[in-house]
Amino acid sequence: MGYVLPAVVFFTVFAVVPLVLVVVLSFTSWPGFGDIRWTGLDNWERLIGDERVRESTGITLALTASTWLTQTPMAIAIGVWAAGRQRNRAVLSTIFFLPLLMSSAAIAVLFHRFLDPNYGMARDLGPLIGFPDGNILGTAHGAFLVIVFVSAWQWVPFHSLLYQAAARNVPTVLYDAATIDGAGRWDMFWRITLPQLRYTVVTSSVIMIVGSLITFETVLLITGGGPGGATRILPYLMYSAGFEAFEMGYASAIATVLVVVATAFSLLIVRFSGFTKMRSTLEGM
Amino acid sequence: MPSTSTARPNWLAGGLSAVWLVVVGVPILSMIVWGLTTEQAFRDAGPLAVPQVWTLGNVTEVIDRGFLDYYWNTAVVTVGSILLSLVLAVPAAYAIVRSKSWVAGASFRMFLLGLAIPAQAVIVPLYLIITEMGLYDTLIAVILPTVAFTLPLVILILSGALRDVPRDMYEAMTLDGAGSLRILLSAVVPMSRGSISAVCVFVGLTAWNSFIFPLIFIRDESKTMVTLGLREFQQEFAVDIPGLMMAVLLSAVPVFLLYVFARRWLIAGLAGVGGK
Repeated sequence: MGYVLPAVVFFTVFAVVPLVLVVVLSFTSWPGFGDIRWTGLDNWERLIGDERVRESTGITLALTASTWLTQTPMAIAIGVWAAGRQRNRAVLSTIFFLPLLMSSAAIAVLFHRFLDPNYGMARDLGPLIGFPDGNILGTAHGAFLVIVFVSAWQWVPFHSLLYQAAARNVPTVLYDAATIDGAGRWDMFWRITLPQLRYTVVTSSVIMIVGSLITFETVLLITGGGPGGATRILPYLMYSAGFEAFEMGYASAIATVLVVVATAFSLLIVRFSGFTKMRSTLEGM
Repeated sequence: MPSTSTARPNWLAGGLSAVWLVVVGVPILSMIVWGLTTEQAFRDAGPLAVPQVWTLGNVTEVIDRGFLDYYWNTAVVTVGSILLSLVLAVPAAYAIVRSKSWVAGASFRMFLLGLAIPAQAVIVPLYLIITEMGLYDTLIAVILPTVAFTLPLVILILSGALRDVPRDMYEAMTLDGAGSLRILLSAVVPMSRGSISAVCVFVGLTAWNSFIFPLIFIRDESKTMVTLGLREFQQEFAVDIPGLMMAVLLSAVPVFLLYVFARRWLIAGLAGVGGK
């Protein structure tokens, strides 16, 4: 059957070949037009000695960890709560999911204005949380927390939705049996709900971690990598090397690092969770 | 049957949800209120008070600056991406599930590995490929990579659904003399409607929200998309905050309408992306 070939060819041209090319280009010098010059290990030697790359890698990993630690508990709490059958929850869920309807760019532009120390609410609310002049984006830790917060605002609804769908599928007999045994709600959460949600935790974590490694619009539109490089994560560093400084070869070397980190993360999660064993319900029939 | 244990109030989760309601509600409400006032009234009231003047004038201003073109381009990219990914992925998923040949198995493994390729990371070689193909500064330059990088998940979702179609049914249809194309169109597609709509939601939203592809591949401002238009506005409307808020609001209106009129479908589609 030739049905699979068009998809394979298409995917090869626009995803696999670029993946190979990014490694090849990392050994060249190319300003984005004209000839591509072979430069051997130059970019890699520069990358190893580059303080900014080390700093960026650290920021990227810190952002990914903070993202996971804030969004996972929030998403589980909201998802489990929204899975309840009470009527008011349906109305509230409608509001919860509103950020899903906006693009990253729209959300970033929105918060950029909220955080403006002259016009936005940062002016009035900043002093309450330790920024007397309201200039939250002007400090390194403030800007970092803003990126963590904005991406939680954007993504918690989606992950809640995954947990809500999964929590609805937990058989109610399990809870009824536990109630008869006199278990409290806290026990039930740890002993029934969470174990039943384990595959969803894996799926959601992979999406969350890989997604946060490639956060780009949020940083570009809110902080521009600043202040002083405090939010310059790897994708942003790659972008400015390639499309602002026009050093495509060096940008490719940074991109290669990014690919390796992203792949390593997803392989680790998949390996340690048995995700690949998940198959169709009719498997083996 | 309502269960007593899931009907009792859950204070902890309820409390967190209440906090989240404020966190989500306040920015959205502010966006709407700010977008409906004038620059002067906004400045007089400040960010935390309700302005005294209400107007729809910002809508005209945003449209005058070319927002309708951005909408049109975004719609073309969205519809184009959905159609192209269905044309590529439905037959591929069918072959992966039905075919016994090693090609199908190997392709499935390739797509599984492809899930891990971050689109942002290969933007430099994609730029090289797109310019070499002469597609720079066209909407096609956005559609092709968008489809490519959603393809792995799309194929995963569709082949999961097709595996659940009973094998007997395929065999019965083959015995009746149906060709594979007919089986595909008259049985497989209708039976996997749910997954096909999940795929449409996923690809549609990805395309609608795409940022880095139009940022790199499109230069002509009249060919750009809503997301990039917002970036343009962010710089142009430096102090006109109500104008910018209206632009942000308008950028979400089509998806919002979809949410109002087809909420179940949209939410089921989004949840379907996460798998079982």
